[in-house]
Amino acid sequence: MDFSYTILIPLIPLALFVILGIFSKKIPASISGWMGSLGLGVTFVLSYYTAYQYYLNGKVNGIYQTFVYKINWMNFTDKLHIDMGVLIDPISVMMLVVVSTISFMVHLYSRGYMKGDDGYTRFFAYLALFSFSMFGLVLATNLFQIYIFWELVGVSSFLLIGYYYTKPSAVSAAKKAFIVTRFADFGFLVGILIIGYYTGTWDFQELNAVDHETGSLVLNWASTSFMGLSVITWALILVFMGGAGKSAMLPFHIWLPDAMEGPTPVSALIHAATMVVAGVYLVARLFPMYYFVEDGFALQIVAYVGAISSLFAAIIALTQHDIKRVLAFSTMSQIGYMILALGVSKYEGHEGLGFMASMFHLFTHAMFKALLFLGAGSVIHAIHSNYLQDMGGLRKYMPITHITFLIAALSISGVPFFAGFFSKDEILAAAYENNMLIYISSVFVAGLTAFYMFRLYFGIFWGKEKKYEHTPHESPMSMTIPMIFLAFMSIAGGYIHFSKYVTADHMPFEAHLNYYLAAIASTVGIIGIILAYVFYKKENNLSERFSHAFGVFYKWTYNKFYFDEIYLFVTKKIIFGLVATPAAWFDKNVVDASMIGIGNVTESFSEKIKGMQSGKFQDYAMGFISGGVVIAIVVFYLWIN
Amino acid sequence: METILFYILAALIVIFAIATVSTRKILRAVIYLLFVLIAISGIYFLVDYSFLGAIQLTVYGGGVIVLIIFSVLLVHHIELELEVTPLKKKLIAGLISAVGLGITLWAIFTFPFTNATTYKSIEVDDIGRKLLSYGEGGYILPFEVISVLLLAVMVGAIVIAKGKKLNE
Amino acid sequence: MIEGISIYEILTLSSILFFIGVYGFFTRENLITVLMSIELILNASAVNFVVINTYLYPDFLQGSVFSIFIIAMAAAETALAIAIIINLYKLVASVEVKDTQKLKY
Repeated sequence: MDFSYTILIPLIPLALFVILGIFSKKIPASISGWMGSLGLGVTFVLSYYTAYQYYLNGKVNGIYQTFVYKINWMNFTDKLHIDMGVLIDPISVMMLVVVSTISFMVHLYSRGYMKGDDGYTRFFAYLALFSFSMFGLVLATNLFQIYIFWELVGVSSFLLIGYYYTKPSAVSAAKKAFIVTRFADFGFLVGILIIGYYTGTWDFQELNAVDHETGSLVLNWASTSFMGLSVITWALILVFMGGAGKSAMLPFHIWLPDAMEGPTPVSALIHAATMVVAGVYLVARLFPMYYFVEDGFALQIVAYVGAISSLFAAIIALTQHDIKRVLAFSTMSQIGYMILALGVSKYEGHEGLGFMASMFHLFTHAMFKALLFLGAGSVIHAIHSNYLQDMGGLRKYMPITHITFLIAALSISGVPFFAGFFSKDEILAAAYENNMLIYISSVFVAGLTAFYMFRLYFGIFWGKEKKYEHTPHESPMSMTIPMIFLAFMSIAGGYIHFSKYVTADHMPFEAHLNYYLAAIASTVGIIGIILAYVFYKKENNLSERFSHAFGVFYKWTYNKFYFDEIYLFVTKKIIFGLVATPAAWFDKNVVDASMIGIGNVTESFSEKIKGMQSGKFQDYAMGFISGGVVIAIVVFYLWIN
Repeated sequence: METILFYILAALIVIFAIATVSTRKILRAVIYLLFVLIAISGIYFLVDYSFLGAIQLTVYGGGVIVLIIFSVLLVHHIELELEVTPLKKKLIAGLISAVGLGITLWAIFTFPFTNATTYKSIEVDDIGRKLLSYGEGGYILPFEVISVLLLAVMVGAIVIAKGKKLNE
Repeated sequence: MIEGISIYEILTLSSILFFIGVYGFFTRENLITVLMSIELILNASAVNFVVINTYLYPDFLQGSVFSIFIIAMAAAETALAIAIIINLYKLVASVEVKDTQKLKY
């Protein structure tokens, strides 16, 4: 089996980025859109071909093999070096399919959505840069390569959030996203360095190699401990900090809602389907390490962070009015699901259900969440507003958007026979087997998810009849076709037997639907939908009465539990006020002032003595002779003594 | 006799030198300078260095003084009175000169000169041989350098004094 | 060697002459008179060369030769200085020191 052609998958978007970026002024919009879509179409086909080849023929003795093609890029020691290359294994192939599908669909969709925008070509160049970085991240062979592409996706995300750079809110959102994720990535980098120092390698294959006899990692490193935990556990926690930053987990989630300032296709691609699941992918990539080092202590932390984030985000999503923000918090909540599923997973066989469920949910979530964003984009495109209050009764005007949005909403709510139902059920089953507390919270979140999704659905497409200035109309074909494709995937994606393909130990197993748990989850989901139907189907004041009844709690939730304010307080009052201001005072009044003082003294002194430079040669001669006389006196005086 | 002659020459030199630097009529200053130079050539004759005395008379008395007089006539009216130097400047210059003179004289009088016992008058013959000798203690190189210098100065003086024509 | 006159008297005379020249150099306001002061200084040093040679080292001729060189230098310097003064006069129609202070800060 030869998969070396997969190197083309990241290189095609890179070539596109270079061409579109350099000639962005020269290439007309009509061509650049087609170029981008065509390039991504090629990677789409290549990725599906790779998946087909790999999952069909990639097994030896029933175990999926890992294929690595790499070149040595930078040597530190004989063993510790940075490679560049591609790594083909079940999860990277699965991610290739997800990224190429969503990216291709978003390219097609953007051709309609961005039509007539000034920076049309620039937009496609950024999209190509992002696709390149994301493919590179997915295919990375070692921790350092993943870190390089990790930062590159951060940069392209920054560029795309700040795409409308004349809008101050977009600029500040871009900065916020970059700074928060960068701060988290600092932890990631420290973790990488610790791992490199103590294990002597960054290569995923070496780090993750498992001895099947003893059931532990092959690599043995000195068990240096620090504050009661082994150093490697600390490193893994730090690496997860980077992952939490990218995946908007608590407490680094604050950038994700603001990132919605970017164009909607960007939100669909980056902030729903691909980049934000990079944290999940990172943990999955290092899963054997997380699981085996110190009996999975780091994995416990991962599980709880995921569970808490998922609950927290779902509660906030109930009260938001900006439809994209609701979707953003929903994304955060669903990623929390994936993370907690990884956290409760074990390694071998059916025990590794959580890992499989996490990847499964990543896959289905990418499809239906991208679809929800594209649908939201379609609505925003039609009525030029993000706010729920400005919408209502749109089902008559936009039938395709309506149907596809409904499919996605049903899917995310876990209604039977839609994709989300299957993946969510696996997650709940994994949680049920391992951690009851997390299971209960997850079931509760499932109900909340159904409620807020249908609040959106009824609010946009049913509800009160609005008078619109322009009659809203269905979006053009270029936008509806990707939505229809994704809607198809949002149903069909659930019928893929993921346990046959993507597992923690690369060995397929049989997963069965747990009907008992599935029934509970679906019932909770349907209760959520019915509640939303009662509240929002017709215009009524039930929701106002409830929000009044909850009072303070409602206010807290509406303000996202004041997380932004707390961060602002910490940074402004404590860091700026107590540290930065005195430091600035010292700098201004001591360091700068002494320098300026030296300058001033020199200047005034030279102003005083410049009269000596009179230009009269006789004065100069006088100075010369007097100097000679003085020296003569000194010399004779010394001579006498 | 020679002692008296020396003191007369010395008095002439000092008086006319002071007159040279203090008179306000420029042409008179030139003439006083001429007297100083002639008196100095007298000193040279007294120490039996007649050749240098003759050079002093011809080069200074005949050449330099005439040159200066010409330049004075070119750029001044003969009756022009020089500007008065400010008193303050005079005092400072006088003070520096007096201190310098004092330190020099003090140095001269504290230094024990040992006079040579033999005495020889300086002959033109010896000077000529010395100047053209390229053996040990010969002066052929400085002599040649001086002659090149004089040539350069001649050319330079002509070029500089000619200047540019006004209409150029 | 002058009868009855020691080297001290002659060196005193040349020193006085030298410092009169220095005084003139400092105080004169006209370029030509400044030039004349320089002539005084040069003559004082030439006298010193000759006198020290004849009084202290009559067997050597260095002082005598150098006094000739000094006179040659002085003549050359005078010729050049006069040329410069005349050119300057053409330019600024003056030979006063105060009109030549272009080097001022």
